[in-house]
Amino acid sequence: MTDASDAATQFPLGQAKRGYSGVIRRIAADACDSALSATELESRLIELGFVEGARVTVLHEGAVGHDPIAVRVENVTIAVRRREAMAIMVS
Amino acid sequence: MEAPLLHFALVGTPNSGKTSLFNALTGSRQKVANYPGVTVERKEGFFVTPQGRQVSLVDLPGTYSLRGRSPDEEITRDMVLGREPGEALPDLVLCVADATNLRLTVRLVLELKATGRPLALVLNMFDIATRRGVAVDVPGLSAALGVPVVTSIAVRKGGTDKLLRLTDEIAAGGKAPAGENRWQPLTAAQLRANQREADRIIGEHVSLPTRPDTWTARIDAVVLHPVGGLLILALILFVMFQAVFAWAQPLMELLSSSFGALGQFVHAKLPDGLLQSFLQNGVISGVGSVVVFLPQIVIIFLFILLLEDFGYMARAAFLMDRIMGGAGLHGRAFIPLLSSFACAIPGIMATRVIDNRRDRLTTILIAPLMTCSARIPVYTLIISAFIPDEQVWGWFNVRGLVMFGLYAAGIASALLMSFLIKFFMLRDYQPAPFMLELPDYKLPRLKSIVLGTYTRAKMFLQRAGTTIFSMMVLIWFLASFPQPPAGATEPAIDYSIAAWIGKTLEPLLAPVGFNWQIAVALIPGMAAREVAVAALGTVYAIEGGKEAAEQIGQMLATKWSLATALSFLVWYIFAPQCASTLAVIRRETGSWKWMAVTFFYMLTLAYLASFATYQIAKALGAG
Repeated sequence: MTDASDAATQFPLGQAKRGYSGVIRRIAADACDSALSATELESRLIELGFVEGARVTVLHEGAVGHDPIAVRVENVTIAVRRREAMAIMVS
Repeated sequence: MEAPLLHFALVGTPNSGKTSLFNALTGSRQKVANYPGVTVERKEGFFVTPQGRQVSLVDLPGTYSLRGRSPDEEITRDMVLGREPGEALPDLVLCVADATNLRLTVRLVLELKATGRPLALVLNMFDIATRRGVAVDVPGLSAALGVPVVTSIAVRKGGTDKLLRLTDEIAAGGKAPAGENRWQPLTAAQLRANQREADRIIGEHVSLPTRPDTWTARIDAVVLHPVGGLLILALILFVMFQAVFAWAQPLMELLSSSFGALGQFVHAKLPDGLLQSFLQNGVISGVGSVVVFLPQIVIIFLFILLLEDFGYMARAAFLMDRIMGGAGLHGRAFIPLLSSFACAIPGIMATRVIDNRRDRLTTILIAPLMTCSARIPVYTLIISAFIPDEQVWGWFNVRGLVMFGLYAAGIASALLMSFLIKFFMLRDYQPAPFMLELPDYKLPRLKSIVLGTYTRAKMFLQRAGTTIFSMMVLIWFLASFPQPPAGATEPAIDYSIAAWIGKTLEPLLAPVGFNWQIAVALIPGMAAREVAVAALGTVYAIEGGKEAAEQIGQMLATKWSLATALSFLVWYIFAPQCASTLAVIRRETGSWKWMAVTFFYMLTLAYLASFATYQIAKALGAG
């Protein structure tokens, strides 16, 4: 667990607006309302390069409900729905 | 003695340039088949090294890990581990990486090392990496990973020379001793540790690009714009539709008339009788009715492959995901469903771009509900015979409105079915969240487009051809036997098994307002929807078939009630009136079960909808 002061500055990538840039601090898959199980979601996110310390930038948003989002993770662009991006804690 | 054939397996993440390397190495020496029991495509090719070693190369489905979370990824895992029945354990696993983007592949290499298989890493697209200022310390990377590393430029002549030399070196050393297989499915913690290790190795041996890809960012700024992006997508689709309808039309007519002429030739050369009828109406028109779809299939796949190779398909899925998602469909289902407006056959074949089995199956099951071009002749015939050519509310033409309504009903029912399938039939299947790499844009290569289109066209002719052909022969048989007695006055089809079936079905079809003539016409109409028009002409004894469509319309207007006509239109929205589509579903899903499911659900929908239409229309006084 992260301490309170650290967690206070963190927020889920699923709430980030277009143009946001930050660093991944934690993968909190169990706090996420995805159809996937927490372990499966965590594995898939890591497989696409979403690991702690990676730099992310929200490049694009979909037309309906600003969803999904296109995220630059280091030098790869990944499209992901906001629902699943809620598991990626950034600051 | 000739050296034994070496077996290599090609592994890599999606978008790593695996297929272009495969094409560069093997050229046209490729065999495409399916793995037994699954719909996963098995691509094998052959090449010869400079020292004359024969190598068989299998292009395995793209994957980010060996966890095997889809049937495709299970194939990759089982092939690498030698668990796939009937397949050779690979002598060498070639892991392909996009040299501009090594993070995810290096992690995959670390996982592959645990399998103990001899392994080599190929840094593909090395020219693009160099242009962007990426410097790779190849010997250092090789030492750090403990596997041979070579660079390659698959799209350039001689770009695979280093890889070929490496192959000879490996072959000269004899079959490399395989290490112990220590591979276990990785936990999230192990994946994370591997990614950290991969990032560390890359940090030490690969420099970051000094000139990043600005083109991709510039194109995406326009193409992924929430409003502009959708407009561009609509424009691309419009051009695609134009191509499929307008460009394919002359070719289709040419093919159709060539087969017609060939049939006439056979008709003229052979004496009247069974052999003549079998060759002309069974074989030639059967084969012709399949081959006539070829131009549409080639054009659709040309577009799909161009857009896929360029990198646009992932963007189209991104734009459409939320819009399709409401009906439980994946963003990637968009293009296949759209293609189905031309013809469900290329649409169903195009579902191969959907990597999740459940999403792919849902798309295949609903694709035939999209109003394909073969329904148009039937719709226009009935509409022009029964619907008045009048304006309503100032602008709208009633006929146009009915046509629009038929299309809209197809789309609405497809969305509804997708929703129902999601909830009732595939509930145990884990839904795929939308997580997709948006690759950098690349100029499509002529060679890979031509090879890809050629493979699809060949597959369609070979595989679907055999099934469709046998169904055509069956339909011919039903419509031709028994032969009319000497001195028969009615059309020949009246004496056939088809007519017997039609008359037997009549009580069943009476509640939906169909007479036995319609029932009879529905049987040859199984060959292709528009054939029903000609078949109605035959049963109502009108000479000239399709050319006499206007005459048929006039005849029908006197014989059918409006309620029957409307019911017939509604029947055609839903009914599985296409043997070719069913055959392709059987082929693509690899099971009779899903073909049967499609047939019966569509038949049920057709019956219920026609029943409701007929009864309501009759109650309103249109009977």
